[in-house]
Amino acid sequence: MSKDYNTLRHIVRLPHSYAAGPVWTRFYEGLKEEKIYGTRCDKCSKIYVPARPFCPGCHENLDDWVEVSQEGEVVSWAYSRESEFFGMQMKPPFIIALIRLDDTDSNLLHFVGGKALDRLEIKKGQRVKAVWNEEKKGHMMDIKYFEPID
Amino acid sequence: MAYRVGIVDVAMTPGWESKENFLDQVFHTTKEVLDKAGIRREDVGTVISASSDVFHGGMSCANSYYWDAGGAFLKNGSRQDGESLFAFIYAVMRIMSGSFDTALVLGVCKGSENPDDDMVTYFYTDPFYQRQIGLNETIAAALQMREYMERYGVTEEQCAKVVVKNLKNALRNPYAHVKKKVEVEDVLESEPVLDPLKKMECAPKSEGIIAMLLAREDVAKKLTPKPVWFKGYGSSMDTFYLGDRDLLDTQLKNAARMAYNMAGIEDPMKDLDVIEMCEPYAFQELLWYEGLGLCDKGKGGEMIDSARTGMEGDTPVNPSGGVLATNPYVSRGLYRLAEAFLQVRGEAGQRQVDKKVNTALAHSTHGFAGQCHAVAIIGS
Repeated sequence: MSKDYNTLRHIVRLPHSYAAGPVWTRFYEGLKEEKIYGTRCDKCSKIYVPARPFCPGCHENLDDWVEVSQEGEVVSWAYSRESEFFGMQMKPPFIIALIRLDDTDSNLLHFVGGKALDRLEIKKGQRVKAVWNEEKKGHMMDIKYFEPID
Repeated sequence: MAYRVGIVDVAMTPGWESKENFLDQVFHTTKEVLDKAGIRREDVGTVISASSDVFHGGMSCANSYYWDAGGAFLKNGSRQDGESLFAFIYAVMRIMSGSFDTALVLGVCKGSENPDDDMVTYFYTDPFYQRQIGLNETIAAALQMREYMERYGVTEEQCAKVVVKNLKNALRNPYAHVKKKVEVEDVLESEPVLDPLKKMECAPKSEGIIAMLLAREDVAKKLTPKPVWFKGYGSSMDTFYLGDRDLLDTQLKNAARMAYNMAGIEDPMKDLDVIEMCEPYAFQELLWYEGLGLCDKGKGGEMIDSARTGMEGDTPVNPSGGVLATNPYVSRGLYRLAEAFLQVRGEAGQRQVDKKVNTALAHSTHGFAGQCHAVAIIGS
């Protein structure tokens, strides 16, 4: 849009170094070993994935670590054919999804890929399993995506 | 005993890009509302502002910068970082408590000069998990929309009807940013952003500098012949992580219940004459109908089909065109309240609803997939 007055352009760069703390650090170590960890609340018995330091509902410390299943069901998903999103490593086309891993009580935010992208016929409850990247960085994207199991 | 609080007047900028800079806009808008009330800045007791300075302003602690323009220096004032309805209730409480007799509420967001909203909302995520995936507000909304369609059979057409209704209303609003007559097909054929969400179902990025003057009952009656009274308020925030929540069972019902109890609302469809709602994504208006108790769970789609929330319906929703027409991110809650105020006063011009408005509701939401909701009720 043309303007009658000047516009001043300024790009701000603000480097931050976040302390991951013991719980996230241990969770990332698990990813490096192709393991997905959750933590169980003693009070409400819910298993949160990824592992969390505390239960938001009970406001209790979580220190009961459980290695959870790498298989689960798609709860919700959204498909990008061309849209790219700032900060996202995954490039289109992709399917981002909420996945309920078996015997857990929260939905994991991740991607559904592989043959799901070829046929785009996901249904609620579609069974999926984790596919790992060969190179591990101790990062959520060590899991490459979740792939449909037929 | 709490004092009764009245809204004296309001001034706001239109939603499109202004040639004025941010400070000039805050100054002119503040001046306008004080002039309407016939008072000077010295007469204002306290100033409460809402702005999200770093990301929606490009400046850290910008209230120290726009404070002068808002007439607020040398005063006991404060800033709410985030949704502006929270600044409103903060100001209301300062009067209710007897601490101040007048309060100026500012909402400050010059959307045209900041990065895309989703570049900003990406930074609302935690760095440990959701940011590593790349979540933002639009992605969360697309996941919520899919669940809504899957669980309750809400259709894409029903979601698109919200856009048709709200943009049609916006045509009559001189403050509206997006002015375009659209049909359901236009919405359905608009660019897919993230299936099932389409471009026209996502709110634009707008400007919004708004100033609202509040006063204790006796003072309000002196400053205006037509004060609009504060009746009730509620807000509630759900847990942070998207995967921990039922995205279709939001805290809106909790916020609404608190506000209804305070305002004595028993049947919202009957007791509320008009509603201004914050629907950054079209389908959310349908889901918020349910949260506000306008219809049963899962029936939001049928509600829009019934046209009961249209301009000629029994409870019009978003006569201003809502957030789908004008989305000044941080200020959008106060914009809803401003429209509710004008409707109660009967001063909403061409978009005035065709009935006597005694009671109006203003709603705002922020956080992903409606993590947080605030509901304010005002009336004559």
